[in-house]
Amino acid sequence: MRDVAVIGAGCTTFGEKWDTSFRNLFVEAGALALEDAGLAGEQIDALYVGNMSAGRFIEQEHIGALIADYAGLASHHVPATRVEAACASGGLSFRQAVIAVASGLEDIVVAAGVEKMTDVGTGASVDALAGAADREWEGFAGATFPGLYAMIARDYMHRYPLTREQLALVAVKNHYNGARNPIAQFQQEISLETVLKSSLVADPLRLFDCSPITDGAAAVVVAPLDRAREFTDTPIRVLASAQASDTITLHDRRDISTLDATVAAGQRAFRMAGLSPSDIDMVEVHDCFTIAEICAIEDLGFCRKGEAGRITEEGVTALNGDLPVNTSGGLKACGHPVGATGIKQVYEITQQLRGEAGRRQITGAQIGMTHNVGGTGATVAVHILGV
Amino acid sequence: MSVARFWRKIPQRYNLIGTRCTTCGRYFFPPRSFCPECRRAGKIVDHQFAGNGKIVTFTVIRTASEQFEQLTPYVFAIIELDEGPRISAQIVCSPDDARIGMRVKPVFRRIAADGESGVIYYGTKYAPAE
Ligand SMILES: [Zn+2]
Repeated sequence: MRDVAVIGAGCTTFGEKWDTSFRNLFVEAGALALEDAGLAGEQIDALYVGNMSAGRFIEQEHIGALIADYAGLASHHVPATRVEAACASGGLSFRQAVIAVASGLEDIVVAAGVEKMTDVGTGASVDALAGAADREWEGFAGATFPGLYAMIARDYMHRYPLTREQLALVAVKNHYNGARNPIAQFQQEISLETVLKSSLVADPLRLFDCSPITDGAAAVVVAPLDRAREFTDTPIRVLASAQASDTITLHDRRDISTLDATVAAGQRAFRMAGLSPSDIDMVEVHDCFTIAEICAIEDLGFCRKGEAGRITEEGVTALNGDLPVNTSGGLKACGHPVGATGIKQVYEITQQLRGEAGRRQITGAQIGMTHNVGGTGATVAVHILGV
Repeated sequence: MSVARFWRKIPQRYNLIGTRCTTCGRYFFPPRSFCPECRRAGKIVDHQFAGNGKIVTFTVIRTASEQFEQLTPYVFAIIELDEGPRISAQIVCSPDDARIGMRVKPVFRRIAADGESGVIYYGTKYAPAE
């Protein structure tokens, strides 16, 4: 197996982009990534794209070919493959690109992610997102996505010491980081009161516990490590790529408040990289809801079960803390264009490791991690990147 | 949901018909025709669940998809049936009355409809049994 490096990365701004189409989103992200790597389109050997639900959001399938075509690669007949794992589509797209290069089958591979969510109304997007859970045995009965995570929050708060205020502090912190990220959907800080006084969506989760509906795209280019310096002075090494599955329904899990797929993917990633949690300088976790960040920090092994609320309150996960979590603003403040999120996480860690993260730069960052979840934890992708 | 897709699941949705593996004794709802534990050594038979159980965790859903909007706010829970399997379902009770550990029993109810004049879907909800 060959060592793999990220040689270029690009990302659109995230938000409700009424004036931008699905096609324009990924063309923009792809062009930024290629420009960053100093590559011409015809040098690309293969392309993967993470996308959850273009069929529901824009009534378009066959996204791989569409992207290759509009990226100007149709005449080169570049193989283009769509990867789908709900909200983890981007993370899996990146993993497929890494596998393709590591195997020796391809050299220069683009991993992209894109979602255009605002072309349908809120009801329709809520329903499309519910497809990430079990349609027949959760959705049919009336489950919503916030509702499922709310049941995790209720279970967690019943069993472990986590206050409503500590949960809210996750959102406050991620907005603080988002305010320092020029691509973030929400670039303003919020107060604890803003979260606690926002409307209830699914008790105990309130509007400001939830990630928003977002349009956006991101792309990165990977290559064999031994060729990386042909394209960049700052290659970012892929130290580990791991993935795990679990039951599709939340109710069939061994433990409602533990994402066993996160535990498994995290352990596999640390083993592959020969590292432990204390080696990680910053991590982008999948905070689709505030409770999800609490569970992720614990399930990845950064603290024991039941401690994440306390360490959040103590500032450990803040930008200037010992373990900065979601320096991009996370899904909460940076936004969550479902299929693009996993690639945006890699984009953020790449920026941090290159020292290009501006006002949210973690000084001396050497090793970063990404954690991308599909559904309520049925798919998890974890990657470790280093300089 | 298409009529055929719903009709296929009527034994389970109306009457809580699941399965049981006679090799290891595990119960499955929704039914499985293959025991994950015993694999090919497992022998699967139908099992009629009584439907009684207790709330493991719950929420009150206040923003729903179009099909369920008119029901908001409604209590939604994970229920552990007495035989062991867990399911997700609505609880017919006031949002203030739901609590973890509450005993519940099945009730036959209208679940949703495809628009104003579309198909009406029935199924099982749960009500407090205390
Ligand atoms: Zn068995």
